[in-house]
Amino acid sequence: MSQKNLLRQLEDEAVYILREVAGQFNNPVILFSGGKDSITVVQLAKKAFAPGKFPFPLLHIDTGHNFPETIRFRDELVEQLGARLIVRYVQDSIDQGKVREEKGRYASRNALQTTTLLDAIEELKFDACIGGARRDEEKARAKERIFSIRDAFGQWNEKMQRPELFDMLNGRIQPGENVRVFPISNWTELDVWNYIRQENLAIPSIYFAHERDVLFRDELLIPDSPYIQVDTTDEIARKWVRFRTVGDMTCTAAVESTAATLDEVIGEIAGSLISERGARIDDKRSEGAMEERKKVGYF
Amino acid sequence: MDMLKIATAGSVDDGKSTLIGRLLYETNALKADQLAHIKDKSERNGFDYLDFSLATDGLLTEREQGITIDVSHIYFSTPRRRFVIADSPGHVEYTRNMITGASNAQTALILVDARKGITEQTRRHFYITRLLGIRNLVLCVNKMDLVNYDQNVFSDIVIDFNALAGRLPAGRLNVRAIPLSALKGENIARHSSLMPWYQGDSLLQLLESETADSRLDETPVLQVQYVLRPRTEALHDYRGYLGKVKAGVFRVGDSITALPSGLSTRVKKIEVHGHEVDAVRAGDNCSLLLEDELDISRGDTLVVAPEELTEYRSLTAKVCWMDRQPLSVGKKLWLQHGVNRVQARVTRIDSVVATDTYEAREAEGAFRLNDIGLLELQLANPIFGKPYAESRAGGAFILIDEQSSNTAGVGFIEA
Repeated sequence: MSQKNLLRQLEDEAVYILREVAGQFNNPVILFSGGKDSITVVQLAKKAFAPGKFPFPLLHIDTGHNFPETIRFRDELVEQLGARLIVRYVQDSIDQGKVREEKGRYASRNALQTTTLLDAIEELKFDACIGGARRDEEKARAKERIFSIRDAFGQWNEKMQRPELFDMLNGRIQPGENVRVFPISNWTELDVWNYIRQENLAIPSIYFAHERDVLFRDELLIPDSPYIQVDTTDEIARKWVRFRTVGDMTCTAAVESTAATLDEVIGEIAGSLISERGARIDDKRSEGAMEERKKVGYF
Repeated sequence: MDMLKIATAGSVDDGKSTLIGRLLYETNALKADQLAHIKDKSERNGFDYLDFSLATDGLLTEREQGITIDVSHIYFSTPRRRFVIADSPGHVEYTRNMITGASNAQTALILVDARKGITEQTRRHFYITRLLGIRNLVLCVNKMDLVNYDQNVFSDIVIDFNALAGRLPAGRLNVRAIPLSALKGENIARHSSLMPWYQGDSLLQLLESETADSRLDETPVLQVQYVLRPRTEALHDYRGYLGKVKAGVFRVGDSITALPSGLSTRVKKIEVHGHEVDAVRAGDNCSLLLEDELDISRGDTLVVAPEELTEYRSLTAKVCWMDRQPLSVGKKLWLQHGVNRVQARVTRIDSVVATDTYEAREAEGAFRLNDIGLLELQLANPIFGKPYAESRAGGAFILIDEQSSNTAGVGFIEA
């Protein structure tokens, strides 16, 4: 038998999962951040239900600290797809007193997103939230199931995970529970980039090298923005950089780069010596940072 | 480049984490920051070597206990192949995780400590790989550095393992044995000069040459996942049955039968992601459009040769029970066969097999967590499949608890 190539195998797996979501849930949604992983998920959904439209709206949890390029990109993509976009704002959660803004040098709204997301799930009664998380990103994510059950408090209980056997996905849930679905679980960062190239997908401009003011902090390059606290000791410089992930402006570090095209970006990543989440400030807070956040319902 | 899924299992001391860490290192899958972390921690622990097991230790609870507690997925590549390792714990009480991790694997690595030889754990792992019908096994005799790379130690273990293999029905089985030192990197990426008596491939070479199972020669089967009806102006009459081809090949013009209705028609058109194709084969996702409008919904089975499948209204299966609540006769459950769910009732619980001695004993009316044994189920609606020994695609199911909705067991149809 001639083996299918890797991207085709990964695509098959993801399309099957997305069709299961449509078949098993009443009110599924795609969590859309505007990053490359969620762009990939949207493309897979498009293919899974072609020639029809995919039966999921998109939900964006807006921290208010986004890269403006990402928001522009999001709106263009939604219009082009004719999809329904739902936005919920962390600012609203702050205004309602549900969460408190972090203070200080490392203040970020990244952790606050969780509350806004859980509220949105409850308000809009989503029973399945499709996300672009990958198992290769981080050690705690390596243990995620494809269908990951969250209790009424949005919590992930790593010791009580449902066994997943063969390709049989069990999406039955109790009232109040919901499921996080990860169709690209088995993809690596490089797979996502190769798929973006193969499918000729548009991505936000910040993934390509551009000139930007950055701060040096803890050996990382932090984009200068109105959302971070700049101390007198901070050194700001203008550099050619690109981003490997798209999170908040407060928690996404840049890498120095001259890669202006997809091929050049892929070339840099293939040869890169630092892991993808090595440039995520939120994970550097402690060794178990991701796991701690997942337990309380972080995406 | 293609993808091979590998299952690993091993008890805490067999050096499994070290082996996986070593494979990551040898394939350059460890990045600078990860390697720095390993170096730093190894030094702080006072080791004069790099403790590659640190590359895979995941959860916090696990770091506290120094053991792996759940299935972890690990990725690395050579120029020829992407490897996905599903790493499962080796403890008796985690049989369910081992089965979960191994269920999608095409190849299993069975790790043996050269100093200890075949242990209870080896027997359990081997049993589970046979239960799942994994054809390719690699017997990794690790820690050869601690037995002076002695050929006799290795040969004795291989002889013992062959004797063990002879105690279970052979089926299709391809075992290869390899002497290793994960700690020192011997026979991992390259042939080891310290074991000139071993003529075979290094572990990575061996994994690169494994061939995956094909289901193309089986009778064509597709279960409907979703009925696509766009109802737009341009696609007004479009009705596509979305699903993955579980086995065989479907072609335009094939006469097909929908089960359970038994009604037949022909395949009018096949699409893959909106593009028309002539045929789809096992593993492909497609949209099937039919000549006639039949009443077909999610979970229904489309086949070319209905006589090739068995209609089960009741069945006997080997089941691994995975729930804390014991299973007893009379219990009602959901049975999910592929994407099709039917209600089922346990009518008989037969025997429990000891996974270390392979001996069956009376089940005493119940299956407890991690028990593997035979039972009989009565189904509210029929399912269409085959014994697991004949078809991995059509012979497996999961059992779902009606109250908790948890996946409580996995079953393999016997008759």
